[in-house]
Parts: sequence; C-alpha cells; structure tokens
Amino acid sequence: MSVGNDGTDRVAEASATAPGRVLVVGASAAGLATVEALRRKGYEGAITVLGDEPHAPYDRPPLSKQVLSGAWEPGRAALRTAAALTALDAAFVLGDAAVGLDTATRTVRTRAGRELTADAVVIATGVRPRTLPGSAGLWGVHVLRSLDDALALRAALVPTARLVVVGEGVLGSEIAATARTLGLDVTLAGPLDAPMALQVGPVVSAALAGLHRENGVRLRFGAGVAGVTGTAGVAGTAGEHGRVTGVRLAGGEVLPADVVVVAIGAVPATEWLADSGLGLDNGVVCDSRCRAADGIYAVGDVARFHHEHLGRAVRLENRTNATEQAAAVAGTILGEDRPYVPVPYFWTDQFDAKLQIHGVIPAGAEIEVVEGDLAARRFVARFTHAGAVTGVLGWNMPKQTRLRRQDVVDAFPVTALAH
Amino acid sequence: MKVVIEEDKCCAAGQCVAAAPDVFDQRDDDGIVVLLTVHPPDDLAEGVRDAVAMCPAVAIRVEQ
Repeated sequence: MSVGNDGTDRVAEASATAPGRVLVVGASAAGLATVEALRRKGYEGAITVLGDEPHAPYDRPPLSKQVLSGAWEPGRAALRTAAALTALDAAFVLGDAAVGLDTATRTVRTRAGRELTADAVVIATGVRPRTLPGSAGLWGVHVLRSLDDALALRAALVPTARLVVVGEGVLGSEIAATARTLGLDVTLAGPLDAPMALQVGPVVSAALAGLHRENGVRLRFGAGVAGVTGTAGVAGTAGEHGRVTGVRLAGGEVLPADVVVVAIGAVPATEWLADSGLGLDNGVVCDSRCRAADGIYAVGDVARFHHEHLGRAVRLENRTNATEQAAAVAGTILGEDRPYVPVPYFWTDQFDAKLQIHGVIPAGAEIEVVEGDLAARRFVARFTHAGAVTGVLGWNMPKQTRLRRQDVVDAFPVTALAH
Repeated sequence: MKVVIEEDKCCAAGQCVAAAPDVFDQRDDDGIVVLLTVHPPDDLAEGVRDAVAMCPAVAIRVEQ
C-alpha cells in the first residue's frame, strides 16, 4: 500500500497503525469471524489461522441438533464455502495445535514444531468438555464439542440403545431431545431440579421438564453423578478398556446405560499458555478491549474480559459472543478504542420449543409474562432482579422476543448481572 | 448484490433484522427470516454484509 501524493491518504494512514502480520490461534467461529472482521474493516496485511483440528472452520450449534440427528450431512455445518475462505486471503494451518506462546516476541510454537510469529496474536482456542473421573477410554462414553465427537455419538445412537445424558444444562438438554426424537430410551440426569434450571430460572425450567417428560425423556434430577460403571477390559483386544454399563449416582443408585453422554460444562483451553505469563483465571484474562497483553488478544469462549457495564470480568460461552467479540477484537487490532459491552444472547431448540434468551436470568429473579401464554407454550417473559430488568426470554415467539430486547438494553448499564 | 437465505438453517435470532431492517424481517409466528428484497440497493450493502457476518446460523449469503 503506498502513501498518496497529498500525504493524507486514509488507507495509508490506517496501514501506519495496522500490524503487518496477524496470527489467529483457533479456527472455529470466533477465530474465523476475527479474520472476516479484519478484512471487512479494510485490513490488507498477512493473516495466518492455526487450527488443531483437520477440518475447515465449522459451526457448533448444529452439532447437538441437525448433525447429531442426521438431518444434515456434516458438511452443512461448515461456516463458509471453500471459495469464501479463499477470498479471505489467509493462510490456514490446520491439524496442528499450539503448544506454547512467547509473549514478548509473539511467537506461537506448535505440536508439529512450527514457530509462527506475528505483530498481533489472537487467542481463540475455545473450551474443552469436562469429563467424569474414571470414564477415560471406556467404550460408549461420549462428550460433544467437536464435529468428530458429534459423528462418533451419532454412530452410537441406535434406536434400541439406552442413553443416559449426564448434565442438565443447555447442551445436555438438547442432546436428550435429539436422541429421544431418534427413538432412543433417554434419561437426563443432573443435580438440579429441572433442565437448564441455572440458565432460565424455576418457572421456565419446570415447563421444559414437562416438555421432556411428555416426549418420553426420563428425568432423574436432584442427584449428583458419582461416575460410570463398566465391564472389565481385556488387554490386547478391541474391548481393552471395557464398555460402559451405567451411570452411578451420588446415592449409589445405578442408571443402566448402553451409551453415556457427559455434558457437565467445559473448561477454557489454556494449558498451552501456562508458561506464557498471561493472566489465566478460568480463561485468558483481558481488559475491556479484549487485550491480554501488548499485541495479544483473546476472543470467544476462552476470553475472560472486563465488562465495563457490569463492572466485572465475564466469560461468555455462546455463539453470538464469538462473532460480536471477534468484531470488537478486529477493531481494537486496527486501532479503534472501544470497550466490548455485549448483551448476552443464546437460543436453544428442543423438540418443538425454540427458546431465545437476551440478557441473563439471575437466581431469584422475578418473572413476568409480557406477551403470549405460558400454559400454551408460546410466550415472552421479562425477568427483573433488584428492581431492574436483567433478561427477556421467549418460548416460540422469537420475533416478539427480539423486539423486547430493548428492555434489557435500557436497564443494562446499572444492573449487576449474575451468572 | 443478490441475497440468498437458507430458511432451514435460520435459528430466528433476528441479528439480520438489527443489521439491515430494510432487507430482512422475521415471520411473526416462528421468527424465521423473511427476505424483503433479493437485490438490495448499494446504500444497503454494508448492512447486508454485517448481517451475513453476524448471522449465528450462517443462513445468509451474498452473490454478486
């Protein structure tokens, strides 16, 4: 890029502050969205994307629904076409994982021995599913985070199988619904009282429990899961590690199972940063600009950033945060100076229910149905905590719910939101 | 610019309506995206590109 004759060329001005090389570590939604946002904002420098999986960037929300059910071929979960990726003019290094970061020189080392150095490094390594102790290697025990996880689980979901889903959060509830639709004998287990109780409060989670029960999902709530039971393995055979036979609850009861899915949350993938000197505390600790250190940023599920309106650090594991935070990080890299202050949003589809949640629903929040009818399972509810609106939730009323989002925005700056 | 949507991918988040309200709307009954114009004029192009970028279900694409 050359400086214009008049010396005031705006493009040249931008290039004076833009980094010459950007390295994005992580090739999923947040990483890819960072690249796209950089190009959209006019960045013309070199970009490299390092991904630990061999796959081109793909989307995760369909994994527990359309991909798991078989309604979609896996390729439909691709985030962009090959042509769209090519048009980004970025170097994708796939199938190689980051194993270390030298913060001073902004050099990332990889498992295969590469050394990638850049002027700006964006950490987008996401999260890893938590597992149950003692389940490693046991045939029939699954987690669901990656495309390969989804395909392995899909292959295991034969209609005669007894499936136990451990974990009553969003992912566990979605997997239970999908598997039940495929005709499996499904039990959803967890320590809370109802599906997604932490995310949507007691009234809506009770309604979700009703929906699951009516569709034939067995609910086994109010008991922690202690571990799994399995057959003894036979060394040197395919059944070397044994296969799962059930899920053992904290009280000693065993739920029989042919297949078990463990969906008990995830931990940020920051092991590779242990020696980097970056602040690591349930995620990469960032300032309100998503900056972890000079020239180093974090984006998506792995980033714990300071949210100026909430006055504290937050880490958001949701799909829209990956895109919105990526746009914010791209702006920061290119010299914008704006805090990232999102209104959290997520959706879930289970059986015939489409739920949308803007903002958050803290424990003890009051619920008020502002549109529709809860009994008819078509409504918008507004949640208030300490006198301020903290969230709106829609059940099969997506458009009406979006139109109510402003209620959250209006109250947002002064509301202390709890997880 | 030609806008193409895949209704069966749409998750009804409504991000596209926020980005380009003259190009996108949502159906009242199920929130699925409604394309108001297949060929938006140039002055709406930036909003459409934002909508493509922000759609959490990757349901919108642009063809030239």
